[in-house]
Amino acid sequence: MSRASREIIVARNLGFKYAGAKKPAIQEIDLSIGEKEFILLTGPSGCGKTSLCRCLNGLIPNFYQGEWTGELMVGGLDVTTQPTSELSREVGYVFQNPENQLFALNVEKDIAFGPENLGLTRGEIRARVDEAMRVTSTGPLKELAPYELSGGQQQRVALAGVLAMKPNIIVLDEPTSFLDPRTAEEVMQAADNLRKELGLTILVVEHRLDLVARYAERIVVMDAGRIVADGNLEQILDEKFDTLEALGVGVPRVSLLWSMLRTDGLVKGRVPTHVEDAASALSSMMTD
Amino acid sequence: MITLEHVSFRYPSGLLALNNIDLNIQGGDFVAIMGENGAGKTTLAKQMNGLLKPSQGRVLVDDQDTKKVSVAQLARKVGLVFQNPDHLLFSETVKDEVAFGLKNFGYQPEVVEKQVERTLEALGLTEYKDTSPFLLSGGERKRVALASILASEPDYLILDEPTIGQDYLQKERLRNFILQLYSQGKAVVMITHDVEFVAESNPKVILLSKGEIVATGSADSVLSKDELVTRVSLVKPQMSRLFGTLSRYGLPRDVVDVHRARMLLEEKLSEAKATVP
Amino acid sequence: MLTPALLFASVWVMIILLAFQIPLLFMGRVARRWALSLRAGIFLSALIFVVNYFTGSIFSAIALTLRFLVLLTAFSLFFMTTSPDDLGLALDRIGAVRWLSRKWLGYPNALSFTFTTAVRLVPTLAVDAQTVVDAQRSRGLELDKGNLFRRIRNYIPILIPLLLIAIRRSLELAEALESRGFPGKEGRTSLFQLKLKASDYAVISVSAVAILLSIWVFLHYKVPVF
Repeated sequence: MSRASREIIVARNLGFKYAGAKKPAIQEIDLSIGEKEFILLTGPSGCGKTSLCRCLNGLIPNFYQGEWTGELMVGGLDVTTQPTSELSREVGYVFQNPENQLFALNVEKDIAFGPENLGLTRGEIRARVDEAMRVTSTGPLKELAPYELSGGQQQRVALAGVLAMKPNIIVLDEPTSFLDPRTAEEVMQAADNLRKELGLTILVVEHRLDLVARYAERIVVMDAGRIVADGNLEQILDEKFDTLEALGVGVPRVSLLWSMLRTDGLVKGRVPTHVEDAASALSSMMTD
Repeated sequence: MITLEHVSFRYPSGLLALNNIDLNIQGGDFVAIMGENGAGKTTLAKQMNGLLKPSQGRVLVDDQDTKKVSVAQLARKVGLVFQNPDHLLFSETVKDEVAFGLKNFGYQPEVVEKQVERTLEALGLTEYKDTSPFLLSGGERKRVALASILASEPDYLILDEPTIGQDYLQKERLRNFILQLYSQGKAVVMITHDVEFVAESNPKVILLSKGEIVATGSADSVLSKDELVTRVSLVKPQMSRLFGTLSRYGLPRDVVDVHRARMLLEEKLSEAKATVP
Repeated sequence: MLTPALLFASVWVMIILLAFQIPLLFMGRVARRWALSLRAGIFLSALIFVVNYFTGSIFSAIALTLRFLVLLTAFSLFFMTTSPDDLGLALDRIGAVRWLSRKWLGYPNALSFTFTTAVRLVPTLAVDAQTVVDAQRSRGLELDKGNLFRRIRNYIPILIPLLLIAIRRSLELAEALESRGFPGKEGRTSLFQLKLKASDYAVISVSAVAILLSIWVFLHYKVPVF
């Protein structure tokens, strides 16, 4: 974990209750996220993951009304006093349903849509669009209409669209729910690439840990609106394995297998988080 | 029994969505249809309840040709649960929603009421019976949609992507429910991308690619084959990837489910321990 | 094209107009799609022909049917060769549209944006409608059962989900719009701009002359039906 680097998101005692709701969607959230982190945010359905993400780019409280408590600073900006359009320069948001986040009638125009709102010069917009298309490999699609794309391509275009806003943080809220496993993998790789190449902070919301475990080094687990675990992914998987299982977090199958064998007294040591890890650990114990 | 004989289907746009499909589904079967996006999975499901009729070949449901009976008649026997509950929920209360199909089928009010109660009970929805379906969470709405089909007790149940957006506990509940249905002699067909769910539920797997069946077999035999899995844009389940590496130590390759993996490794590791001086 | 077609109910005028339109269809490479929309228009043409044959003469029936075809072709030419995107951009350039948009909706691009979004949503909602119909038929709904009143009621299970899906989609779209900085603080810059070329001016001039000529002929001469 890169605690040493500059903090880019800081939440103190953050809470929010939607207007008309009985219980708060999130409460007593203390969270600090540094630059260039890759974080997996998970928890059972209805635990408040999406609500927390909405706070990060100001959709809460600008778009959704309700009771706000505590404070949240994103990139040095106080979320409660900034319009979402201003926060969009800091936080890019990729939604679950690819169909409902592309507006223009072709890919290139869609990617240009965000920067056009920022009042930039035409040359600057051109440069940003080209850069975003390059990093997400969406250039070859630029003439196509959104409905002509596959789900995976749509999500890559959505990623390019938020990238062209030059944010420091990208939030992906269950970006692969509608995709087949191979395409889901491609989208995760594209997100990881953004951190490696552009040094962005990536926050992914996902039920399926096996999909993200390879890329994320930190995991934040929520339940009933609160953070119940936060730390190094390998460490949390190892130490809080039973808690995660009980919450209904889909732990990677290799981690589950290891923990069963450990209970049997057949293996020792840390729970592996992905297949390669487990394979090399088990191989070393085999005699032909 | 649902029988597809040499079924081909071409959309009016000219797209050949299904090409020469032969398939049998009978009571007690549990089948997973897997394939890439656009492989023809949903088109295949729609052939089974008559929403689409084959361009060539024929589909028989309990010996009746689907071209000769209405969808409403077939729907009593073949329940098709759509992926997104938003496409079908419209009633004021959960109770009315579940009663909708039964009323369409012309059941007596007493029967409707009894069936609604039973189904809500079975799916753990009784507490919501007077609630509007629109106030429920995504997972609950998916269950209401399922209940609205199950209420008329179809012999064949087809589920289109039932695990999308569901967390692990919800999937576990769904798995148990499916198990219950097919052990009662119903047929359950599910269309899915969820390889881990399939690996742990162990249905018969049918792989569909570009409108053709490219493989049929048990989950461990089909999902552990690299060339098949890659062809339909899936990835192998974690256990299968692990055992691919471990196969050089004399372990089998075709392991997809964690419990079988555990048994094999227990044996192997105990053996290894015993041979170490 | 429209002006003379509407001003004159003459077989010859219609034939001359069609003779102008058909090469344009091939130049615009939309002849195939035009043929498809023509097929859809056959029933309506037949109806127009029959009605006018019994209310007027064989010649007026032919003339009015041809007029329908000329109009159909003119609209096909326009909408098949003009991308909705360009149309949106063009709307955005029209001062009156921007002024109305600012007055009604608060910012100048709102109307042209509404237009492109509506066009963009049509294919998506068409698919939704088909899925809703399929889903309800799978629950035993029979749309064409019962008397007229019953049939209208049969559509409730179709219309409610469709309406709610449309609302849900718009809300999600709105969220995504906010997240991409729409509508922005200062004026919006558009990456793509429409520029009028020499050929555009030529087309505009020819059209203007044709319109004026038609009106002049209409006012001074009586053109016979045949």
